[in-house]
Amino acid sequence: MPRILRRERLVPNIHLLEVEAPEVARKALPGQFVIVMPDDRGERIPLTIADWDRDRGTVTSVFMAVGTTTRKLALIEPGETIPIFAGPLGLPSETGRAGTVLCAGGCFGIAAIHPLVRAFKASGNRVIVLVDVKADYLLYWRDRLAALADEFVVSSRDGLYGGTEFVPRHVREIIERETVDRVVAVGCTYFMSSVSEATRPAGIKTTVSLNPIMVDGTGMCGACRVTVDGQTKFACVDGPDFDGHKVDWAELYARRRSYFDDEIKSLCAWEEERFP
Amino acid sequence: MSDPDKDAISPSLAAEILAEFEKDWRKALRKSVPVKERMKTPRRAMPQRSAEERNKDFTEVNLGLTAEEAVAEARRCLDCAKPGCVTGCPVSIDIPTFVKLVEAGDFAAAAAKVRQANSLPAVCGRICPQETQCEEKCLLKKASGVAVGIGNLERFVSDYERQSGGAVVPPLPPPTGNKVAIVGAGPAGMTVAGELARLGHKVTIFEALHDAGGVLVYGIPEFRLPKAILVAEVAYLKRLGVEFRMNFVVGRTATIDDLRAEGYEAFFIGSGAGLPNFMKVPGENLVGVYSANEYLTRVNLMRAYDFPRYDTPVFPGRRAAVIGGGNVAMDSVRTAKRLGAEQALIIYRRSRTEMPARVEEVHHAEEEGIEFHFLTVPTRYIGDEHGRVRAMECLRMELGEPDASGRRRPVPVAGSEFTTEVDLVVVAIGQSPNPLIPQTTPGLKVGKWGTIDVDWTTMATSLPGVYAGGDIARGGATVILAMGDARTAAAAMDKRLRQGPGSE
Repeated sequence: MPRILRRERLVPNIHLLEVEAPEVARKALPGQFVIVMPDDRGERIPLTIADWDRDRGTVTSVFMAVGTTTRKLALIEPGETIPIFAGPLGLPSETGRAGTVLCAGGCFGIAAIHPLVRAFKASGNRVIVLVDVKADYLLYWRDRLAALADEFVVSSRDGLYGGTEFVPRHVREIIERETVDRVVAVGCTYFMSSVSEATRPAGIKTTVSLNPIMVDGTGMCGACRVTVDGQTKFACVDGPDFDGHKVDWAELYARRRSYFDDEIKSLCAWEEERFP
Repeated sequence: MSDPDKDAISPSLAAEILAEFEKDWRKALRKSVPVKERMKTPRRAMPQRSAEERNKDFTEVNLGLTAEEAVAEARRCLDCAKPGCVTGCPVSIDIPTFVKLVEAGDFAAAAAKVRQANSLPAVCGRICPQETQCEEKCLLKKASGVAVGIGNLERFVSDYERQSGGAVVPPLPPPTGNKVAIVGAGPAGMTVAGELARLGHKVTIFEALHDAGGVLVYGIPEFRLPKAILVAEVAYLKRLGVEFRMNFVVGRTATIDDLRAEGYEAFFIGSGAGLPNFMKVPGENLVGVYSANEYLTRVNLMRAYDFPRYDTPVFPGRRAAVIGGGNVAMDSVRTAKRLGAEQALIIYRRSRTEMPARVEEVHHAEEEGIEFHFLTVPTRYIGDEHGRVRAMECLRMELGEPDASGRRRPVPVAGSEFTTEVDLVVVAIGQSPNPLIPQTTPGLKVGKWGTIDVDWTTMATSLPGVYAGGDIARGGATVILAMGDARTAAAAMDKRLRQGPGSE
C-alpha cells in the first residue's frame, strides 16, 4: 500500500501529502490527478498532482481539509499507508509554447498550478503567476512559485501583498497591461469561474481544471459529468482541463453540492467515532 | 468478424464426456431409478427469503438448495447419451457428470468437475441465465417442460466446496517462466488468470479499482452475489500463484507497451464495458440522476448502503425511477427499494416480453414491490431551484415493426406526454467499452462501437501477443460469455507461449 512520506500543514486547513508511489511518479504529467482513499471505509476523491520526483518515486498533492476524507488525510502521519493512491489520471494539460501565459491558482490550486508553471516555463513562455488567498497568512509556496515565474502576483483580501480585491481585478489589470496569450486557472469552482469571466471579454483562451465529484476516476461511472459547449463530458477521462468560457458553471456548482447534507452527516459521524 | 458458434463442442471434449458417461458407476446410477420416475419428480424450487423481509436489506435473496434437495434435483436428470445442456454452456462444463456426482452424493467431486471448466462456479450458479443456456437445451425441458435445475445445482456444489474449506489447488506443473499480464480483475480476467496459472505461467492481474471482481463487485448487488464469494475466488487464484496489482490503471499507470518492456510476453485485455450510456435528453445532468454504474458502484463497491459508517453517500430517493429493462436495471431498482424508496419504478420503452432481464430477476423485483411502467420513455428531466431532479416528462410508446434485434420497435404515441414526480433517476440503458486501453495502445484495432477487434477463434487482437475478451470485445454481454472468451483466449495464449507466435 502507498506509504505517506510527508504530511505537513502548509497553512491553516491546507495540507501537503507526499506519497511513495513510484509508478505514479514515473508517468505523472502536469494537470493530471490521482484518486485517493484514506482508509478502508473511506470515499474515493480526486486530488491534483502538485509535484513528483521520478528518482525518489514520490508524488505530492496539496489539499484543503473540508470533508471527512480530507480531514482523515490531514491526520495521517508519515510512515502510515493509505489503501488507494491511483493514477496518474486524466489527460495532461497542454503546456506548449503560447507566448505569455498567466497561471492563476487559488487555495489548493496554488500548489496545483506548480507543475503547469514549470512546464510552461520549460516550453519558453513568459509566465505570470497569480495566486489568490483569502488572507495573507494563507499564502504558501510563494518562494517556490516566484522562483519559477517571470512575474509573481498575489491577490489577497488583506493588504500585505498590495491588493485588497478578489482575483478578477488582478486578471483584468494584467491582461489590460500586456498581451496575454493563454490563461490557466486551478482552484475552487468560484475561483475558476471568476477568472474565466474576467478573460471572456478579451477572448483569451482560458483553461480550467475542473473538480467535480468522482468515484472511480477512469470513466466508468459518469459522476463527474460536466457540460462544456453544450456537450456532456466526463471530467476524469475527457478532462480535467476544459475551456473555461464554455463550461456550464451553474451545473457544476449544483453537482458539486450534491451531497452537502450527507457530507455534514458523514463528518459528524466520523468525529464522534474518532474523537469520542 | 462474428462470434463463432459456441454451441459446437470440441471432439476431445465430446470424447471425455462420453468416457465419463460409460463408466460403470454412471451406468449403475442410470439404472437405479426408472426414467418415468425421474421424469415425474417435480423440480425443486430455489428456497428464498420472503419479499417483505428481503426488500429492506442487502442479504442474499436466494438461500440455496439443501443437500437432500440437491440430490433429489440431480435425480431428475435423465443422463442423456448426447447431452444438449453442455452445448448450451458457454464454457462447456461436463454438466451430466457433475449432476450425476451430486446424485451419487459426492459433492466435492461434483464441485471439482465444474471447476475444471468454470473458474467462478459460485458466481455463475447465481447469475448465469441458465434458462436460455444449459437449461434451455435440457432434454427434460423438451419432454416435460421443466428443465433440471442445473444452475441451482452448480450453486449448491460450489457453495459446498467453499464451505468445506475451499477449492483444492491442483498439483501445479513446473513454472514455465512466462510472464502474463491481465488487464482487469473481472470475470474474463480472473478466468484467464486461473487457466494460465494452472498451466504454470506467472500471471499478474492489473486492476484499476481497489477490490477484485470487476462488474461482479461494483455492479452486481450483495443481495444477488455476496462479496464473500468473490473473496474466496480471489483467495483461490492467489493460492494458484496469481498476483493481483490493485489500483493500477493500465493505460495510465503503465501502458501495454510499458508492461511489454517489463518482460510481460502475453496480454489479456478484459477491461469491460466501463462507460455508461446516457439518453442525451435535457436535464440528464441534474443532481439525483445517476448512471447505473455510478449508482451501483456507490452502493456495492463503496458500500453506501452502510453510510455513514462508510463515507460514500448515495441518494435514498422517495420515488425512484430506473430507466431500462435489463438485469442492471433490475439490480438498480431493487437497490433503490432496499435503500428506502417508497416507490421504485421501472420505466421501459418496450413491453414486458421484450425485457432483456432474466425472468427470475423480474419476478423477484415484482415480489419486492417494484412497479413496472412499460411502453414509456423519459424525454426530459425537470429540476428544482437547487438543480436537483424533481420530475420527469415521459412519452407513451406503442410497438411497431421488429427492428434489427428482432424485438418490436417502440414508436412514440403522438400527444401522449405526461409528467410524473421523481426524486431519483437511474439510467440503466447499457454501457459502452471503456476507451482507456484502446486510446493508449497504439496499433490496437478497434471496431465501430469502440470494441477491440478480435479473431473469435483465438481472441487475438491486431497486436501480437495481445488478446481481449468479454465486454471490451463484445460491447455488453454476460459474465458467462466473457468467461467463455477467456477460456478460448487462455488456450491460445498458452499455445503461443509454448510454441511461439503463429502457433495459436
